[in-house]
This record gives sequence, structure tokens and C-alpha cells, in this order.
Amino acid sequence: MLLLLGALAVVATIYALVQTSTEARAAGAPASETQVEQGKALYLEGCASCHGLNAEGTSVAPSLVGAGAASVHFQVSTGRMPLAQPTVQVKRKEPTYNEEQTAQLAAYIATLGAGPASPTPEQLDTTNADLARGGELFRTNCAQCHNFAGKGAALTRGKFAPTLMNSTPQQVYEAMLTGPQSMPVFGDGTLTVQDKQDILKYVDHLQAQTQPGGFALGSFGPVTEGALLFTLAVALMAGAAVWIGAKVR
Amino acid sequence: MSEITQTGQEAPPEPDFVAAGHAHAPRRTDVDPRAARRAERQVVTLFALAALCMVLALVSYVVIPVDAGINLPLAGPVGALNVALGLTFGLGILCIGLGVIHWARKLMPGTEVVAQRHEMRSSQEDRAAAVAAFERGLADSGFAQRPIIRRTLILALLLLPLPLVIMLRDLYTAPAGAPSPAEQLSMTIWEPGMRVVSDVASRPIKPEDVPVGGLVAANPENLHEVEEATGNLNARAKAAIILVRMRPDEIVSEQSRQLGFEGILAYSKICTHVGCPIALYEQRTHHLLCPCHQSTFDLADEGRVVFGPAARSMPQLPITVDEEGFLVARSDFQEPVGPSFWERG
Repeated sequence: MLLLLGALAVVATIYALVQTSTEARAAGAPASETQVEQGKALYLEGCASCHGLNAEGTSVAPSLVGAGAASVHFQVSTGRMPLAQPTVQVKRKEPTYNEEQTAQLAAYIATLGAGPASPTPEQLDTTNADLARGGELFRTNCAQCHNFAGKGAALTRGKFAPTLMNSTPQQVYEAMLTGPQSMPVFGDGTLTVQDKQDILKYVDHLQAQTQPGGFALGSFGPVTEGALLFTLAVALMAGAAVWIGAKVR
Repeated sequence: MSEITQTGQEAPPEPDFVAAGHAHAPRRTDVDPRAARRAERQVVTLFALAALCMVLALVSYVVIPVDAGINLPLAGPVGALNVALGLTFGLGILCIGLGVIHWARKLMPGTEVVAQRHEMRSSQEDRAAAVAAFERGLADSGFAQRPIIRRTLILALLLLPLPLVIMLRDLYTAPAGAPSPAEQLSMTIWEPGMRVVSDVASRPIKPEDVPVGGLVAANPENLHEVEEATGNLNARAKAAIILVRMRPDEIVSEQSRQLGFEGILAYSKICTHVGCPIALYEQRTHHLLCPCHQSTFDLADEGRVVFGPAARSMPQLPITVDEEGFLVARSDFQEPVGPSFWERG
């Protein structure tokens, strides 16, 4: 056991030394040895029962070797992991771990194999991003599932694309990089860092947008609007018809 | 019933309205002048309120700035001008409607009457006159007496549609060498060696740019030139594709594997049901879902329909790489893209 811990410490040290800038965490600081150690402790306590003692995966959960820090941060910071029970769709909930513990877990998993790293603060910086182009990219690449207003929509057999209204820019970026659950991966080759920043700016714009007319009804379009109008307008018109036709005394 | 009777005398015209068969129960406003005056006041109040609302709508249109916001309970932050205009104008129209109905219910005559239906047939003289006019025209024109005129007229009328049909056919005949409109239904602007470029950014794509589980919305490289030249968006509506990548062992169909490149498969983006553009790709099931009518295609298996009303598989574009390593089409689609048309089932 001592030998194992020693070997792990050596691996972690080497990792911390050779870690390249692209694999830097969002905080910008390289993962320290203690961070990885604490991450492993958290992992063994909260994740190993499903993902295996060495994150090799089991019959109920995938291997995390090569999952990368971005994937861990996305899944843990949105509260999707640890999972309470396996379902068709893993939903967002209150995160179990705080930001520091999440970073420790991400640092540990990142030592197991190369995978997408969390975006750096520079990658998340949208000061020079183009909002209009972001909208075009969003409608081409994201709106088919997440709805034109980012409110989310249904997929097949009980699965759904979640709303983006509660997502942080880092989570949106990590989702594009890693493709959680049904979502495809949007790699940097076809959706460059600049493209992703444009999209982040547009998502931010969608989150801040107010409804000039009020009652967006989930921005689902004709379904909710039609349902509301049908029930409300038909009730009103039926009431009016009864009043007009009623016997006058 | 204004028919001529046996004696030649016309029957008296039937009245339009007759009293209903039951006694009219008088309303309070019929018997009590005070109630009638009160109803009158109510109607006048409603109309005056409507007039006031219209004035208020005008005032709020002038006074409230377009970007002023207001926080409403339930609705949240909304535009103040919209709320003011909607409330005043809507209330005004409602008051006019309520006033008119109240007026009719309380003050206009409330006696029940029956509206009689009358015979729709024309009178006997009108019918006889029409027949006489037609027969006189027939005799005067000599249509029956001059068969040569009649026959040449019939011939001319028979030939009348022919020039129209010929011109319509020529409208559908393409210039020499170009594909006919019927052939154009089965082709897109993809051709051998045409580069695949990402949508919006129009960047050429290398296989290593597309990760496993990835999805890329893409177009042919010459799309913008074609759109410039023809001035319409037909090419875009037919040539749009999506690229997806899966591990080669996940691809079920050998044909799909052959048409793809190292696990990258290019499929048409246009649903084969009624032509919605679709990119709802679930990377774990490899299913492509059309949001319009829930047609679902299995992209790991030749784009086969696994659910929904679509009748045909999603057409796959054969791809490879050129000498510079960018993804290119090997040929056009091998079947027509988009919804079925009359010559296809």
C-alpha cells in the first residue's frame, strides 16, 4: 500500500511538472500533489463504488481514464455526478462537492490519462467575442436540441436536451468539449476557441434577455402558446356566448 | 311563394318575420322606465370608458419611451409601453363590445320573432323569359343552320390548349447539356473532389478535426459561389450535410463504413419525410431525430428509419480526403435527398 501511494505520488509529481498550458485548470494554477491526493481520497469515497477503484469502469458506469478534467468539472459542478440512481436522463441538481473539491477530483482524474482539460480563463474571456456570429453558430450547432432560446427541448425516448439558463460559461464550454450524455462533441478543430467564445457570449445574452411582451411560456413556441390560448380563449368565448344568449329579465 | 296560381292570380307575398308561437315575457327595462334609464346609463358609461381608453392609449404611445421597463408580478420584467398599449387599447375594445351587447340585451326590442325562409326558385315568367332569350340567340346566330361555322369553331377551340401545353413543356426543357428539372430533383451541387466545409465559418475540415462522438454541420465549398450566381437558396436547401464520427466498430452497416472515412460519416441534413433540416444527433445511440414529426434515423446503419413517418433512409454522401488531407466528396449523393416526390414512393 505504501509502495502504491509512493508510486502515485511520483506519477502525480511528474504530471504536475509536465502539465502543458492547454491542460491548465480554470483556476490557472497547475494541479498540486496534495490536490491530486485529496482528489483521489474524494474519488475513493464518492465515485469508486460505480466507476471502480482505479476508475477503470464497471458494468454500471464508464471508465474515467481519459475522461479529462473538463468532463469531471462539468459532471460534478452541475451536480449530475455523483449519481443518485441510474436513469434515462441524468438531471442537473445541487452539486455535492464545492468548487475546491471539484477541482481536486478533476486533477486526480486528469492524472489517469490524457483528456480534455477545463478551459483557461483566457479561453472563457468573451470581451472580443462577436455576439451576432455567436447567434449564427448557436442556431447552426446548438439550437436543434437546446431550442433557439436555449430553453432545452425533448430528444428520443425520454431523453432531453437541458436548458442552458443555469449554465455557467465554463460548463457550456466543457459540454461542447466533452459531449456529455447524448450531446455530440464539438471539438476545437471545427468549432474553434473563437467560435466557442462567440457562442458563450450569445448564451450569456440569452440568459440576460428579458421578455418585452412578458410570459415567454418556456419559449417552446406554438405548443405552449397554442395550449394556453386554446384553454384561455375558449373559456372566455364560451363565457361570452353564455352571457349573450342568456335570457334577460 | 310567388307562384302563379291556377286562376292566374298571384298569391300574397309571405311576410319576412312572424311572431313566435309563445308569449313574450317582458324584461324589467320594458316595464320600468327607471330600469331602462339605468341600463342606458350603463351603456353610456361603457362607451365613454372606451373613448377614454383610446385617448389613454394615444397618450401612452406618445409619453412612454420604447425601452422603458416595468416589473409585473408573474410576468416579470416586461416593456412598459407594450403593457400600457395592450391594457388601454384592449380594455377600450372590450368596453365597446360589452356596451353594444348590453344595449342590445336591455334596450333594443326583445320580442322573439321567426324569420321565414322563402322559395329560392325564380318566378315562372323569369324562367320563361330566360329560355326565350336563349332560343332567340340560337336562332339569330344561325349556329344550328350553318354547320361549317360550327365545326370550324369547335376545331379552333380544340386546338386552343395545344400552344399552351407546348410552351409549358418547353418551360420544363433545360438548355442543351444542362440537367432537366426532372433530373435536378435527383442531384445536388456535390461533385467528386468537392471539399466539405463547416457551416457559418466555411472552413475546410480535416478528419482529425472531428472527434469521436462529434457532430459538424457542413456544406459544399462552392455553396456561396452557387448562391451568388443563381441568387436563390435552393442549393443550400439540398446540399446541407452533417458529419458525425463514431468508432469504426460501432458502425453496423458495411456500406456505411465504405461510404465514410475512418469512422466519419456524412449524411444529408434534410429529412426524407417532408424536408425539415435536422441535426438532433444523439452521439450515444447514433440516432438522428427530426423535431417536426419525430422521424428517427440510425446513422450507424445507413441512416435507416427506426421510428416515425419517414419512408426512406437518410441519404449518405460518400467521402474521402484529398491530397492535402481535407475531407472531400467522392461523388454526389447516390439517391435524391429530401422528401419523396411523385416518381418516388
